[in-house]
Amino acid sequence: MTRSEPDAVPVLALEGVSKSFGAVRALRDVSLRLYAGEAHALAGENGAGKSTLIKTLAGVHRPDTGTVLLDGRPVVLHGPADARDAGVAVIYQEPTLFPDLSVAENVFMGRQPRRSLGRVDHRAARTAAAALFARLGVDLDPQQPARGLSIADQQLVEIAKALSSDARVLIMDEPTAALTGSEVARLFGVVRTLREQGAAVLFISHRLEEIFRLCQRVTTLRDGALVASDLLGDPQGRRAPESGGSGASGGSGSTGGSGGSGGSDRPAGSGGAAGPADAADGAGAPGGRGLTEDDLVRRMVGRDLDELYPKQDTPIGEVALDVRQLTREGVFTDVSFTVRHGEIVGLAGLVGAGRSEVARAVFGVDRWDAGSVHVDGRPLTNGAPSIAMAAGLALVPEDRRAQGLVMGMSIERNVNLTALTGLGGTVRGGLMDRRAERSRALDWAVRLQVKYAALADAVGTLSGGNQQKVVLAKWLATTPKVLIVDEPTRGIDVGTKAEVHRLLSRLAADGVAVLMISSDLPEVLGMADRVLVMHEGRLTAEIPRAGATEESVMAAATGRGTTGRAA
Amino acid sequence: MTLTQQPPAPATGEARGGATRLVDRVFRIREVAILLVFLVMIAITQAGNSQFLSEQGVKDLLLNATILVLVATGQALVVISRNVDLSVGSTLGISAFAAGDYLQGGGDSFLALLLAVALGIGCGLLNGALVSLGQVPALVVTLGTLYVIRGVDSIWVGSRQITASDLPGPFTDFGSGGLGALPYLALIALAVVVAVAYYLRHFGGGRELYALGSNPEAARLAGIPVRRRILAAYTACGALSGLAGALYLARFGNVDSATGNGYELTVVSAVVVGGVAFTGGAGSVYGAALGALLLTSVNSVLPALGVSSVWVLAINGVLLVLAIAVDRVVALRLAAALKKRNARHG
Repeated sequence: MTRSEPDAVPVLALEGVSKSFGAVRALRDVSLRLYAGEAHALAGENGAGKSTLIKTLAGVHRPDTGTVLLDGRPVVLHGPADARDAGVAVIYQEPTLFPDLSVAENVFMGRQPRRSLGRVDHRAARTAAAALFARLGVDLDPQQPARGLSIADQQLVEIAKALSSDARVLIMDEPTAALTGSEVARLFGVVRTLREQGAAVLFISHRLEEIFRLCQRVTTLRDGALVASDLLGDPQGRRAPESGGSGASGGSGSTGGSGGSGGSDRPAGSGGAAGPADAADGAGAPGGRGLTEDDLVRRMVGRDLDELYPKQDTPIGEVALDVRQLTREGVFTDVSFTVRHGEIVGLAGLVGAGRSEVARAVFGVDRWDAGSVHVDGRPLTNGAPSIAMAAGLALVPEDRRAQGLVMGMSIERNVNLTALTGLGGTVRGGLMDRRAERSRALDWAVRLQVKYAALADAVGTLSGGNQQKVVLAKWLATTPKVLIVDEPTRGIDVGTKAEVHRLLSRLAADGVAVLMISSDLPEVLGMADRVLVMHEGRLTAEIPRAGATEESVMAAATGRGTTGRAA
Repeated sequence: MTLTQQPPAPATGEARGGATRLVDRVFRIREVAILLVFLVMIAITQAGNSQFLSEQGVKDLLLNATILVLVATGQALVVISRNVDLSVGSTLGISAFAAGDYLQGGGDSFLALLLAVALGIGCGLLNGALVSLGQVPALVVTLGTLYVIRGVDSIWVGSRQITASDLPGPFTDFGSGGLGALPYLALIALAVVVAVAYYLRHFGGGRELYALGSNPEAARLAGIPVRRRILAAYTACGALSGLAGALYLARFGNVDSATGNGYELTVVSAVVVGGVAFTGGAGSVYGAALGALLLTSVNSVLPALGVSSVWVLAINGVLLVLAIAVDRVVALRLAAALKKRNARHG
C-alpha cells in the first residue's frame, strides 16, 4: 500500500462539478480526489449533495459542468456500466435489489461468472456469493430470493455486490446504518484489506466515530458546495487514524486532534477486524467530546445549532393527543404516549422501527389491531382519516413526492386538497370556489414564504424545501389541533430547514400539539420538549429535553439500555 | 447525522432454510398446478368421450395450441421485463398474409417462412424502439402499433383473401402433417419453448430481463443495458409472432385482413394464466406455454363433452380471474410467512 501524497495522481476525481435538477442546485463547483490506498470520508447534512456526488461518480448522473477524472484523464461516464467497467463499485444507501431473484443472482447481476458458450455459471455464482458472505461473517443463503430479506440483510447483499467486483474505487453511502456492531467490524476489516491492496474508498456515515475510525481524509459538503477537504489525524498521537500500517498520517492543522473518540484509542495500524473499538460499533455519535468532531459538525452545519433549532419555551397545556397501547400486529406493539398542547414531541428511532407506521395508524390511514387514540379526550375511529381530520389531526407524510403532493397539479390546487372535504370552507354547494381557493393558497404561500413563480405552476417545479412548505400549508389550512410531521426537513436545504423549524415552533406557541418524527438527531434534540424513542416496534424510552443527548437517544434506538461503549 | 434502519439479529440457518424451501415450493408450484389442471381436464373429457384421445384427437389438440404457444412465448419475454406487446395479433396477421402473398406468386416455402419472421422482427423493432427510447408506457405504445400495423395490413390486403388452394401443396401438407400424433408445428413450438426457456435460465441476457422486470431502477444502477434488453425482448416477440403467422398460414391456409384480430388478449391471458407476473420479474415460458395449451384445450374439450362452444370465452375468463386470485393469495401468504420469520428474528 502506498500512502497517497498530495502530488500523487488520484484514481478518481471530480473537478469543478456542478449539477442541477430543475430549480435545485444539488452540486456547486465541487472537487474531490480519491487516492489509491486512502479512505476518504464525505461529510455533510441531509440534502448537502452527498448522494448526488456519489451518483455522479457512479455514472448515474452526468455533471452539468466540470469533469470526472479517471487516473488523471478526463472521462465521460455514460452510465453505471461505464463506471463499473472503470472499477468503481457503489453501495447505495437504499438497497437496490431484485426481489424476484436469488441472493446470489443479486450479487452478480450484470457480470455473472460464465461457463462455456457464454452461459451463466449459476453454481460458481452461488459458491462465490457464499464465500463473500463468509468473508463478511454473515449467514445468508445464496439461493434464497431477495424478497423478504430484512433491511440489514439487504444491505449486506449490497455490500457483497460491491466487494465481488474487486473494485479499484469503493464508494459506500451509509453502509453501516442497518448493521450490528460485529457486522460493521467485519465490513471495516474487509474494507481495510481492500484499501491496503490499493483500492480507494469513499465513505459516508452519519456516525462520526466511524469516519474517524476508518478514514484518513474528509471532505465536507454544505448546501451542494465544498466546504473543505482535510486530512484527519491527531498531532499528539493519542489516536492516529487508521492508516493501514503506514502510520504517516500527519494531521493537518485545520482539523486538530480527534480527542477522546470513545473507546477507539489504539495504535495506528491495528487494522484488525474485531478490535474492541470495532465491537463498540457506532451507536454513538461521539457526543461532541473531541475538538475535531466539533470542527466537523460546524463545517457540516455552517452555523450555530441554536439558530437552526429555534424552539421557544412555551407553556405546556392539556393533553391533546392520547395514544394508548396501540398495536398493529407485526408492525408495532403496545405504543402509549401523549402530546400536549404547545408541546413538540420528537419521535426518534432507526428507520424501520415503526415510527411512520404508528403515525399512519393514529391518523387512520392504516388500521390498528388493539388500543385507542383520543384527541382532546374524544376517541378516534379505527381506520378513518376523515374522522381524524375532523377531530383536528393533520399528518404531513414522510414522502412528500408520493404521499404529500400531487406533483403535476398546481400549487393552488395542492394547498386546497384538504379543503375538498369542506374543512377549509372553499367548497360551496358541492362546487369548488375558485376565488376562495386562490385567496387561501395565496395567504398560506405568503405566510410560509413559499418561493414560486405563479400559484398555477405545478408543484413539481418547486425545490424540495418549497414543496415541503406546500405540504405544510395544505395541512395547516385545516387549522389542526394536533400536527404530526414525518421527516419534515428531509432533503431540504439548511435555510429552509430553519424556516420549517421556526414554523413548527410558532405553531407550538399557538397551542398546537406537534409530534415530530425525525431521523435527524440534532433536529430532534434541538426542537423537541420530550423525545420518544422507538426500537423494533416498541416505545423504548421517553426522555425529557434536559436528559436527551445523542448517546441516550441512540442507545434507546438501538435497543441498548445504556450506552454501548465497550472500552 | 441521520439515523437509519434497525439491526435485526441474524436469522438462524435452520429458519432460513425453512423459509427458502417454502418460497421455492411456492415459486415452482405454478407450472405444476397448471399441468395438473390440464391433465384433470383431459382425463374428465376422456372419461366422458373415449374418442377424445384418439391419434387425431391428440394431434388436433396440439395443433390448435401451437400458434398460441409460440406467440405466448414471445409475449412472456416482454411481460417478464415489465412490459407488454399488444400488437402481436396484428403482427401475426400481416406476416401470415405476406408469406401467403409471396407463396401465391410461386415463392419458396422456406423463404416464405423467413419473410414472415423478418416482417415480425421489423414490427418488434418498431415496438421496442418506441418503448425503450420513448419512455412511454408499453400498453399505450403497443396499442398504437396494434392499430398502425392492422391499418397498413388492411390497406395492403384490401378485400383479398388467401385460401389453401392458392398455396403450394407441400406447404399445407407440412402444416397438417406430423410424426404420428405429433404435428410438425407442435415440434417447432416445443423446440422454440425449450430454447427460449434455456436462454432465460442460462444466459446473462435472459437473467437481465428478469432483473429488469423485478426492479427497473436497480437494473439501471447495476449497469444493465436496459434499452438494448427491452429492444431485444420486443424483437424476439415480433419474430415469434411472425413465425406464428407463417405457421398459421400453413395450418389453416386461409388468411385475410382480419387474421389475428383480437388475438393479443388471448395471448396475454395465456401468459398470465401460465403464471408470468404481469408486473414483471417472475414466471417462465414453460408456464406461458402451458397456459396457452390450457386455454386452447378448452376449445376442444367442450365440444367433446357435448357442451356448446359459446361457453369457451366465459371459461377462459374464469381461468384468468382464478389465476390472478391464486397469485394474490399466494403472494399474501408468502408475505405473511416472511413477516413472521422477520418478526421472530428481528
